[in-house]
Amino acid sequence: MHLSGTPLHIPDGFLSPVVSIIGWAIALAIIVIALRQTRLQLGERQVPLMGVLAAFIFAAQAINFPIAAGTSGHLLGGALAAIVMGPWAATLIMTAVIAMQGLLFQDGGLLAMGWNILNMGVFTAFAGYAGYASLRRLIGEGPRSRLAAAFAGAWLSVMVGAIATAFELALSGTSPLRAALPAMAGVHALIGLGEGIITTGAVGLLEVTRPEVIRAGEEAPGRLGAAFTLGGLSLALVVAVLSPLASASPDGLEFVAERQGFLRSALEPPFKLLPDYTLPLVRNEVLTTILAVLLGTLVVFALAWLVGRGAVRREHARES
Amino acid sequence: MHHTIDVKELHYRYPDGTPALRGVSLYIAPGQKVALVGPNGSGKSTLILHLNGILRGEGEVCVCGKPIRDENVPAIRAQVGLVFQDPDDQLFSHRVFEDVAFGPVHLGMEESEVRRRVGQALAAVGMEGFEDRVPHHLSMGEKRRVAIATVLAMDPEILVLDEPTAGLDPRGRRELISLLQHLPQTMLVATHDMRMVAELFPRTIVIDEGQIVADGPTAELFGNEQLLAAHGLEI
Amino acid sequence: MHFDLTDAYRPRKSAIHRLDPRVKLVVALLYILTTVAMPDGEWEAFGLLQIVALAFAWRSNLGPFYAFRRAFIALPFILAALPIPFLMPGPTVWTMPVVGWGVSAPGLVRFLSILLRTWLAVQAGILLSATTRLPEILWALSVLRVPATLVSIIGFMYRYIFILADEAVRMLRARSARSPKATGPSRPSLLWQGRMAGMMVGSLFLRSLERSERVYEAMLSRGYAGQVRMLQAFHMGRGDWLALLMAGVLLAVPVGLMLIR
Repeated sequence: MHLSGTPLHIPDGFLSPVVSIIGWAIALAIIVIALRQTRLQLGERQVPLMGVLAAFIFAAQAINFPIAAGTSGHLLGGALAAIVMGPWAATLIMTAVIAMQGLLFQDGGLLAMGWNILNMGVFTAFAGYAGYASLRRLIGEGPRSRLAAAFAGAWLSVMVGAIATAFELALSGTSPLRAALPAMAGVHALIGLGEGIITTGAVGLLEVTRPEVIRAGEEAPGRLGAAFTLGGLSLALVVAVLSPLASASPDGLEFVAERQGFLRSALEPPFKLLPDYTLPLVRNEVLTTILAVLLGTLVVFALAWLVGRGAVRREHARES
Repeated sequence: MHHTIDVKELHYRYPDGTPALRGVSLYIAPGQKVALVGPNGSGKSTLILHLNGILRGEGEVCVCGKPIRDENVPAIRAQVGLVFQDPDDQLFSHRVFEDVAFGPVHLGMEESEVRRRVGQALAAVGMEGFEDRVPHHLSMGEKRRVAIATVLAMDPEILVLDEPTAGLDPRGRRELISLLQHLPQTMLVATHDMRMVAELFPRTIVIDEGQIVADGPTAELFGNEQLLAAHGLEI
Repeated sequence: MHFDLTDAYRPRKSAIHRLDPRVKLVVALLYILTTVAMPDGEWEAFGLLQIVALAFAWRSNLGPFYAFRRAFIALPFILAALPIPFLMPGPTVWTMPVVGWGVSAPGLVRFLSILLRTWLAVQAGILLSATTRLPEILWALSVLRVPATLVSIIGFMYRYIFILADEAVRMLRARSARSPKATGPSRPSLLWQGRMAGMMVGSLFLRSLERSERVYEAMLSRGYAGQVRMLQAFHMGRGDWLALLMAGVLLAVPVGLMLIR
């Protein structure tokens, strides 16, 4: 029985052994920290609470809503878990879910599990939480502010996971970045909307029925980690864009120089953001996508801010 | 003498401030089998959680002659076996064996002793040979009996059960009642099953809105129609 | 209704089933590592590895093609590698009609190699989970130094997945009993449906939170004080060591083949 959320589970064979092992090393280090942090946060409750909530995420990934023509929106859950339990707990929860899916259903490989845990567990949890927390602070208190922030955070979490996946595939030489990145980013910009809606629905229910749970999540450890993650990821992004990686294959620039024909011109962007002599032609696809993603993120966050802020102002107007 | 439950003026408020127990006092002598009845929300489950130190309120709770304090909580948890309402909450391992072994293992016993206790406990509830079964695949009646075994494995002097016949079909209920009849421990059982109360428990305590409103011989209570009606009880 | 998520394990009386779970886990991981590390185009090596997989399936009394057939699941992801035959430089072997895109030989070799590696690796995973109960795999992981707390968490999760999945299914059924048609002019908006799904998720979360609290109380009542303890379950026998050795030899053959070239 197959209950996965979004198509981010990388099977074995798509990442090179070196990349896989690096992923495992990073993932294990983060898991060890997460274990310690949640132990401090939850004490003896750690094992039963994390275990049952992991089962919850697994089951919740099956709750869908129809979008169009047989497709439906699902929850991945990293952002939601981070909002209610804090990002470290969310990391553990998602790790358990991903481990289960990989071991039992081959949804995601065993060697690739390190990166799968990072993409769908660590990055989604921390990016989601960072988006949520920072937008909350920008908007301020208010009934809608939390929902707007949750929406934006959830959307961001999916995007970060997807983009990271694209880079990992490119690093392994499996999928050229200029194809993987736009595809992943594009598809997940839409999937992220579904994640946002479901996450917001859940947070909304909890706000009304058990507000103390939401408050506990906001006080959970992980703010520093979230800031670091965002910083680190942004840095990685900049480095990756400027590196030879952004060219389509391990062979580097000669790659496209040798290719002739219809295909190359078909993949040219409709406009060039930078003149040929500063960056090679091929990088523009990647750059374009990155800029599009950044722009899209700004738009989503700005809209969320407006919605949240608008609700706050209306509340204040009513009170005065 | 041991095997007693002695509660004196127990008060407890939920975290949000609502009072749950308002001065509960009761005494249960060794070997007695007592029923605890009352409407939903009366505080039955809350009271039960005080009997092995999971909840700590104001007032005194003495179990087996000792007041519950931080130092003796582990020992008390072995002496007072709590069986909860939902067996799925108590069968949290992958196999029956591991669940029944959980208590003895955490008491630090040797492997051979653990195995002996598991065998004995399962036999006591009529579930021999179920060691390798998966809890998820058991029937409700089987789960309830294994849940009791998980507690019996610690060799408790007192058994406290919360709604042991809820959700059982007539046969399962009959088996469980017969089991409770044969277990030797001092027993306090919270239940809505008035026919079981009449059959098994010579003494009944009625609790409502966090207070004890009646405590005496079952036959007497059951004859008092006013009392029963006032607290939402039906025979 | 029961959500039968134990689908993966297939109880059989077989030599493989009887093996120590540590052996099976290590062999599966070595197999996957060997497969993934094979360079492109090592067709003989891939063929040998496939025969090894078939042999394991056969020895497990699952039928030789048990895992081979089920390895389909990994394939949707293959789309990620689809651009490679078109983008990798090299002599063109085929040109796509209409659009005129050329497929290069090295690109094709690489693409097929990725496909085969994935197919083989998934088979290893399928055989592992078909011959080894998850709690045993978890125990093997803990012995191989995966943090015990994490293993316990996964164990608890496995136990409660069925119950929570049942609750999720019940909610979905109740929703479909109450909902108007999901498509057509009178259907509720996307946003509304999404919010409804979100509320179901939220309510499932609350139930899970409350259940975890009750499980915690049940654990406390049986002496839990923060560390989940387990009894030692398995002991390596001669057969286990032999199996490990054999697997090592079998896997060395394709590696040797590759090195010879």
